[in-house]
Amino acid sequence: MQLEYQVNSGDFANAGKVSSEIKKILKQLSFSTSHIKRIVVALYEAEVNVVAHSYGGSVSCHIAPDKVRLDVIDTGPGIADVELAMTEGWSTATQEVREMGFGAGMGLSNIKKNCDYMSIDSGKDKPTHMTLIFEV
Amino acid sequence: MADAPFHHTLMIVEPLCIGCTHCMRVCPTEAIRVTGGKAKVDPERCVDCGQCMDACPHDAIIIEQSDFQQIFDYAIRVAIVPSLMIGQFEDDVSEQQMFDSLRHLGFTHIYYAELGVDILHALGGKISVYSDSHPVISSYCPAMVRLIQLRYPSLLPNINLVRTPAQITAIYARSLLIHEGHNSEDIGIFYITPCAAKYAQIKTPGSATSGLIQGGLNLDYIFNLIQKDLANRKEQFKKQSTQNKKPLITQQAFLWSLTKGESASMKGRTLAVDEIHNVVEFLELVEDDRLENLDFLELRACDTGCTGGVITPRNRFLATERIKHHASTLEQTLPSEALKSIEHVSKELIRDLKTERIVAKNSFQLAVDTATALQKLEKVQKLTETLPGIDCGLCGSPTCRTLAEDIARGNASIRWCVVLKIRDPQGLNNLAKIWGESLPNNRP
Repeated sequence: MQLEYQVNSGDFANAGKVSSEIKKILKQLSFSTSHIKRIVVALYEAEVNVVAHSYGGSVSCHIAPDKVRLDVIDTGPGIADVELAMTEGWSTATQEVREMGFGAGMGLSNIKKNCDYMSIDSGKDKPTHMTLIFEV
Repeated sequence: MADAPFHHTLMIVEPLCIGCTHCMRVCPTEAIRVTGGKAKVDPERCVDCGQCMDACPHDAIIIEQSDFQQIFDYAIRVAIVPSLMIGQFEDDVSEQQMFDSLRHLGFTHIYYAELGVDILHALGGKISVYSDSHPVISSYCPAMVRLIQLRYPSLLPNINLVRTPAQITAIYARSLLIHEGHNSEDIGIFYITPCAAKYAQIKTPGSATSGLIQGGLNLDYIFNLIQKDLANRKEQFKKQSTQNKKPLITQQAFLWSLTKGESASMKGRTLAVDEIHNVVEFLELVEDDRLENLDFLELRACDTGCTGGVITPRNRFLATERIKHHASTLEQTLPSEALKSIEHVSKELIRDLKTERIVAKNSFQLAVDTATALQKLEKVQKLTETLPGIDCGLCGSPTCRTLAEDIARGNASIRWCVVLKIRDPQGLNNLAKIWGESLPNNRP
């Protein structure tokens, strides 16, 4: 099953809506609570990244009986050094974003911890395409 | 807590039900459908919160009645009385009269249910909580525990496993009586309950109250008995007031069942949410796991806390006011002889302070295995797009989405959608064929 959602840049008020929606769906599908938790935590982080750092983007969620795949795709401005961005505590978040309680630099490493496969396709001034796969 | 089926105490009186859908719309677990013009409750989903009973304009939903005579099966008859009972009476009925009347009705011993708070306090020097996960969620309201079992199983490790005050009081009362030389089987402990959920818990085999409390008695029924007794003995009361000792309790414990009453005693950052729809909205957030700063969550199915219980006779705001007023006359600590008697049975209390872990009930899943559930969910998504989305309830399901789920489960037909039928009867027939439906045209 394929689900598609839009994520708007700067819309912190609604950050987390997509992960909440997907959580509700996963709960109806008899996945274990621990699997659901991992997916929701990772997706929430990815969603906030799109809101905080990008020009906006989308989440597509593909659900199979043994696998959940999330593609989080934004329209830029991209991550110049993906490896550096994966470091815990490293953050480009502005003071404004930090004051809202986001931007502690734990996002990408937290996502990695919670999924079974993660890939990031990005670069300076390029869109970012993150793929997350969860074996369930 | 074993995975026993819930016992339900709410019942629909079919001759009175006109299928008006009021109950179906307020049910927080989407447990009600209107079938053949009558409301039907899915026992797998009902949490006995009592919203339906409150909403029914035809008094067609009632609560199972308890048999008062059952107390006389026991030589020793203990009443566990919730502090909110005093709030049910106007100021002309004193606390003393209320308890004298309960004795006159047949009880030999009377305790406030919330004395358990003071007992817990006396045992550990503080109010202790125990859960496997943070923040701790109160287990005081059994409807909330059932709600979490059904809809938020990931939060089960957060539920406080320390027994509720009424359960602790029951253990205390029994232990004291046994120390006095009574046989346990001669002791009947009865809890006067203000709501369907607490009554249902007592009736559920294997629940946290099993063995501790022999029976529940509905508050409205006991209220009527007391009023009648007081009216009958009016002259007697004028002549003399009895000198029976009043059950002990502290101010803090007395307020426990009101909103913020429990959370006020908890350490750290606490939060209280009352009324079950508010709780549902809030638990979605808790489940998203982003409330690390909170330490304790007090959740109550009823507005204003237990004074909002579905069978409390008096207006919940007036009842709350009298409880608070009465609490202001109480001491902050128990007298030393009470503390001594708690100490006396502290071994029995400490041994049995925790309940078993609580297991999930998965009634909201579309199927047991994920592959089948996925197929059904795809159907639900497509059906939801086809249905009008106005949630009129005329099909007998509370929302278009739930009708779609009912169809996917094989329990309903798209032909039951009244709006589609009016808009395009032929088109609806085609749709039904596409979905391969074999169910009858009208809801049976």
